[in-house]
Amino acid sequence: MKKNWLALSLAAIMIAVLFAGCGTPGRDKDDKGTGEANGSVYYLNFKPEQDEQWQALAKAYTEETGVEVKVVTAASGQYETTLMAEMGKKGSPTLFQVNGPVGLNNWRDYCYDLSGSKLYGELISDDFALTSDGAVYGIAYVIETYGIIYNKALLERAGYTEADITNFDSFKAVVEDITARSSELGFAAFTSAGMDGSSDWRFKTHLANLPIYYEYETEGMTAGEIKGTYLNNYKAIWDLYINNSTCDPAGLSAKTGDDAVSEFAGGKAVFYQNGTWAYNDVKSLGDENLGMLPIYIGVEGEESQGLCTGSENYWCVNKDASEENIRATLDFLYWVVSSETGTSALADEMGFVCPFKSAKKSANPLVKIADEYIAAGKKSVDWCFPTMPSEEWKNGVGSALTAYAAGTGDWDAVVTAFVDGWKTEYKLNNAE
Amino acid sequence: MEKAIKKYWPIFVLPTLTAFIIGFIVPFAEGLYLSFCKFTTVNKATWVGLGNYVRAFADNTFKYSFWFTAAFAVVATILINILAFAVALLLTRKLKGSHFFRTVFFMPNLIGGIVLGYIWQILLNSLLSLLGRPLLALDAAAGYWGLIILMCWQQIGYMMIIYIAGLQSVPDELLEAATVDGASPWKALWKVRIPMVMPSITICLFLTVTNSFKLFDQNLALTGGEPAHSSEMLALNIYNTFYSRAGAQWKGIGQAKAVIFFLLVVIISLLQLRATRSKEVQQ
Repeated sequence: MKKNWLALSLAAIMIAVLFAGCGTPGRDKDDKGTGEANGSVYYLNFKPEQDEQWQALAKAYTEETGVEVKVVTAASGQYETTLMAEMGKKGSPTLFQVNGPVGLNNWRDYCYDLSGSKLYGELISDDFALTSDGAVYGIAYVIETYGIIYNKALLERAGYTEADITNFDSFKAVVEDITARSSELGFAAFTSAGMDGSSDWRFKTHLANLPIYYEYETEGMTAGEIKGTYLNNYKAIWDLYINNSTCDPAGLSAKTGDDAVSEFAGGKAVFYQNGTWAYNDVKSLGDENLGMLPIYIGVEGEESQGLCTGSENYWCVNKDASEENIRATLDFLYWVVSSETGTSALADEMGFVCPFKSAKKSANPLVKIADEYIAAGKKSVDWCFPTMPSEEWKNGVGSALTAYAAGTGDWDAVVTAFVDGWKTEYKLNNAE
Repeated sequence: MEKAIKKYWPIFVLPTLTAFIIGFIVPFAEGLYLSFCKFTTVNKATWVGLGNYVRAFADNTFKYSFWFTAAFAVVATILINILAFAVALLLTRKLKGSHFFRTVFFMPNLIGGIVLGYIWQILLNSLLSLLGRPLLALDAAAGYWGLIILMCWQQIGYMMIIYIAGLQSVPDELLEAATVDGASPWKALWKVRIPMVMPSITICLFLTVTNSFKLFDQNLALTGGEPAHSSEMLALNIYNTFYSRAGAQWKGIGQAKAVIFFLLVVIISLLQLRATRSKEVQQ
């Protein structure tokens, strides 16, 4: 009998341990979430590149004010999934982000109206607020710019300078000349236009922005429809990318973002389409070697076209958080965009250009290049991709582009995915 | 002892039962409820009725992925079981090193599906580019056969172990008697061994059929559904509906698809169980 009791109590202890193991982390979170009277902040960060800097900034704020700030960064490409899981929990994020109006669709019911906040007052222009039905749901916190980053030294070795490239035709001539002499020069014109998930957004989203932008410029915007007026230009630039790169177009589907970065940083290619956020990846070439060109697609008058500038990262505050946590979050944000520590962290360490009144100038040289274009009177291309109907639309265009590059599909499939896909997706997502 | 078990059984059942309720029954009931709702996070759902099911059935990619999955399940089940049985027959002969080979064949099972998927993606892509054919992400047929090869490679070892156990339990006297009666080895296999291992066949068929229908990791890693959803299986289709669509209505549709998916797998595996059970013989 004694033995039985021993066995029973052992079993009981084991069960207790099992449950304790499950229970502890959850309880821990709750203490942090609601325990303190002055609230706390939980930021679910979107950009893995800046995780370290956000952690440091959170620590600095806690030291200064005593308010707990927790920063968690979602793995690349997993933000929506992580956010969905975290929002369902008890200690949900008080601060999160959405990517423009399409992203807001998902989260509108969770967003606190920021219209009366001090943070909103700091914005330099209402263009950077994400509004819907008169309420301010999101505040853009970073303005980014993309174009074709190029290696100045290599371009010179090929016998050209930036001044030789003023429109699509001159760009094409330079690119094709480099390709013709690539074995003698030892480098290719473009980095691989990888269509792996880590890189395909550069083409199915960022490059696709140009034909959409020009269509909106010349023909205006119709809800739920795109005509595809400039798709031939899209084809021209895509052909240029895939036929003058470091790899055979048939192999693009397996090429990753890292492949393109290493080709560019390794001096194997002159041109690399990406934006200001990629500075850390390419800075090994030296600041003096980095230049940026507008993406010309052969539209009339494009000589005065600048880089593509805009934002798709909007801060949102969780409406369902407790009142003191909302207040703590708003105070934290205000501190980030207005205090000395906050603004220098944003500008110097994260390299962000922020649309706030007291924002500092960013130290990122690619940002400086972008500013020079604006100073020279070039007209920036807006980011129109937040108007794209859905992620699914982008994937459809991406698949068609990959198939076209590999020769298993034709350009008509891209046009279908672009034009018809837009209509179908818009209908599907706006049915209710 | 028996008395003690009779008296204390609730205590012994309790831990498993609690875990089963927390980990299975509750989420299942909640999932069923959510399939009738529109929601973004599970604690904020609004009832919409049968609309999700209507839209799930109207979704062509869902229908396509069902047929793709069915085609995959049939071919994979047949191939895996025939090959696993053949390997098991070979390795139950008294060959030198058969224990070593059993271990080797079983090993692919110890690697996770995602890792396997990426490794095979690299292998198959290299092969395809050597042959000058379009890569996996561009060719649905290549993706299909890639999945079959990958699943055979992974599952044959596991099924082989089950078949070996079955074959070893066939009494030697029966086989000897068959030989004495003049049965050829081929006949002994069909008339004695296979009927005797029918229970193993039932288990293996059940496992391969349900595994093929529920396949997710390998599909996600190997092809990701490319090109344009044409190598997308049911589980991945549900996942994509749920996670890569923006807008609250999609979560409910994904959930409805998951319920349909559950019913499909249950019905198909029950039919298969009944069909093979009836062929089992008592020893």
